[in-house]
Amino acid sequence: MNFVPKMDRRSFFIGTAAVGGGMALGLDFGAGPQVVRAADGSPEVGVWVVIQPDNSTVIRIARSEMGQGSLTGLAQLVAEELECDWSKVTTEYPTPGESVRRKRAWGAFSSTGSRSIRESEKYVRGGGAAARIMLIQAAANEWKVPASECSATNSLITHKGTGRTSTYGQVAEAAAKLEVPKDIKLKDPKDWKIAGKPLLRLDTADKVVGKMEYGIDVKLPGMLLATIKACPVFGGKVKSYDAAKAEKMPGVKKVVQVADNAVAVVADTFWHAKMALEAVTIDWDTAGNEKHNSATIAEFLKAGLDADKAIVGNENGDIKAAIAGAARKVEAVYNYPYQNHACMEPMNATALYTDEKCEVWCGTQDGEGAFGAVVQTSGLAADKCDVHKVMLGGGFGRRGRADYIIHAVQIAKQMPGTPIKLLWTREEDMQHGFYHPITQCKMTGTFDKDNNLTGLHMRISGQSILATVFPSAIKDGKDPVTFQGLNPSGETAFGYSVPNLLIDHAMRNPHVPAGFWRGVNVNHNAIYVECFMDELAHSIGVDALEFRRKLMGKNPKNLAVLNAAAERIGWGKPAEKGRFRGLSQMMAFGSYVAGAAEISVDGDKIKIHKLIGATDPGFAVNPAQIERQVAGSFVYGLSALFYGECTVKDGYIEQTNFDTYNSLRIAEMPVVESICMPSGHTPWGGVGEPTILVAAPAVLNAYFNATGKRIRSFPLKNHNLQIA
Amino acid sequence: MVRLNINGKDHDVDVDPNTPLLWAIRENVGLTGTKYGCGIAQCGACTVHIDGVATRSCSFPASAAADKKIVTIEGLAQNGVLHKVQQAWIDNDVPQCGYCQSGMIMAVAELLKLKPKPTDADIDREITNICRCGTFQQVRAAIHAAAAKA
Repeated sequence: MNFVPKMDRRSFFIGTAAVGGGMALGLDFGAGPQVVRAADGSPEVGVWVVIQPDNSTVIRIARSEMGQGSLTGLAQLVAEELECDWSKVTTEYPTPGESVRRKRAWGAFSSTGSRSIRESEKYVRGGGAAARIMLIQAAANEWKVPASECSATNSLITHKGTGRTSTYGQVAEAAAKLEVPKDIKLKDPKDWKIAGKPLLRLDTADKVVGKMEYGIDVKLPGMLLATIKACPVFGGKVKSYDAAKAEKMPGVKKVVQVADNAVAVVADTFWHAKMALEAVTIDWDTAGNEKHNSATIAEFLKAGLDADKAIVGNENGDIKAAIAGAARKVEAVYNYPYQNHACMEPMNATALYTDEKCEVWCGTQDGEGAFGAVVQTSGLAADKCDVHKVMLGGGFGRRGRADYIIHAVQIAKQMPGTPIKLLWTREEDMQHGFYHPITQCKMTGTFDKDNNLTGLHMRISGQSILATVFPSAIKDGKDPVTFQGLNPSGETAFGYSVPNLLIDHAMRNPHVPAGFWRGVNVNHNAIYVECFMDELAHSIGVDALEFRRKLMGKNPKNLAVLNAAAERIGWGKPAEKGRFRGLSQMMAFGSYVAGAAEISVDGDKIKIHKLIGATDPGFAVNPAQIERQVAGSFVYGLSALFYGECTVKDGYIEQTNFDTYNSLRIAEMPVVESICMPSGHTPWGGVGEPTILVAAPAVLNAYFNATGKRIRSFPLKNHNLQIA
Repeated sequence: MVRLNINGKDHDVDVDPNTPLLWAIRENVGLTGTKYGCGIAQCGACTVHIDGVATRSCSFPASAAADKKIVTIEGLAQNGVLHKVQQAWIDNDVPQCGYCQSGMIMAVAELLKLKPKPTDADIDREITNICRCGTFQQVRAAIHAAAAKA
């Protein structure tokens, strides 16, 4: 999928001159055609589409594929408007450097926050439509007929009057010379033939024969391998290191310090580098952070539960008055641990640095962020840098960070001219993540004497992700991402109406770096809200669904998915003997999602018989892939619920591998049923993440219904509970 | 020097005898379909067949595989025809990121050799590979589909 554009003369000037000083942007090179060509010489018809003479269609994908399927979904959207032959579609990634050189022709590259499709659907569909219009126009010009008399389908253009036909491949050269039209009317999704259909993914064939190239597989001539050890205590530095023994070991080329906090060994193979790194003795300056452990962090957060100062995320009515005047009050304290992403492919990147150029090959969820990191770390001008994206062996938010890319460039800079592949060990990956943030939460609900819910106070105490990854986005002490699923309105709005409501955050940032982790803050927010909703309902002896319904009158879309999940699990009807059910719902990433679980409990073993996920993402581009994302998100969410915890000892993360940080296996996989119920809302919602939030609370609520035990701290292994 | 017979071809590789077979395959022989996931035989991404037995190659010394018949994901298809497990993976659109699937497919191929019609309980017992994308529902469906084809 490497994209090596070859340009005609005028475009070439734009390409080479634009970025460094920016002075050439917008220069007029005179009239006449400007055709940009792909590596094989085929013309671009607009920036999203390359048509080859045999009608093969290459669709450009700016976003990253990491398993979530949006590469296929985005191609479907382009192909739908393009009216091309789907069987001849392939895809390629433009590079971020090329995008910058072409005035960001492909828009944003980010594949985080379930945004790949929902944030680019309009312009990629527009790109497909523009190419179709250009191709039809080119044929019409050749035939000297009005374009309005011509139509296209399956890569074939037909003139109505004469019945003449032309393939896309035959007119692509002429089409590429036409002006790219603007203000295009897109198809009504009701008329979709390619988009909206449960098509097979485009990227499977290479994955079943071992041919798909991931970052770990990149090979360059003369390449050396590196592996790295950063200070295990976050914030610590290298004081000194002794590499005398390591330098004499087989295959070792060089031992280098990386920035101020890591040491790497460069060798002919990864295995040699790893063996040698283990022989390097490093003296760390742990900067005082060695005094932190899980217990001190828990105390630090606990103090925030009742702190006077907190940032308000959502408020209406007067919660203080509601609490003061309550006939009855229900309180509960929950907490949620640090978790590692544990992508199957450990972090890695390959960098080649010379005084003239710095290129990186890697899996990244944020091509432009990676590019920026390469430019900054290399110290070279942007037009001397680029990033070549390959398939990600999992992302889940972890590969939205550029730390591993920066490390690779820092090592490569110490060996100019030699390509360096930096590969982390699993242990390094486990101990140097950007962890799911740690939080605690105090929930307070108030009732009047007639058992009406009068107030709800949700106090979150704990870590801000933005404080780690994007501190400048914190305004007036507020990290808006904290309030996912809890906001007054927008794509992550709270789904309940409560007369007196206060949701606030006492920010407490331990020294452990936090990051975006599939689902992000809804993982804990949904547990806090949805388990507590059940606690409130139970406290007044009302059915959990009925209790919620009463509060959801103003949120019909939330209610619709909840009703659908409840109906599918058979809520209100008797369950099979020994089986118990639980519900949950929330809005996240622009989608309304709800869950329903049916479980049985045998001593310390929880068997999840069925887990329903209902989602309303507005529009469904590929229902089969949505179904897979629902099931996949449940595996990730249940792994977190039962096993996921990173504990801190003397400032470092104790878990080092899958033996201490377990993940769900097939034997533990529940039957997942997904209900995709797109209601046509705009902006569209995301798919990769939202449903993860419903898994844990639905199971926990079912567990309470089975046992009368309410679990408020995680993971469940700490309660000796296993998934059967 | 260790002689490794991989996918029917002999390779003399210059590795320390204790080098894990995984790294000999990936780095010395250059077959990168076999993946590194954990290095401690937990995740199964590195699964290959050694004399027909599915083995986690990250924890298997290269020297112990000398003169045995090793099959990797690249050697599973025969005469250009995909193994029925590979075909079932395509038909059922199993892989998401795909990184664990080489190992998953190798593990399943062995399971079907030993148990041509595995029950769900057989699958639960024998297939213990980690997939962080969570493809298990499709994996199970594809195993049954491949078994039905036999």
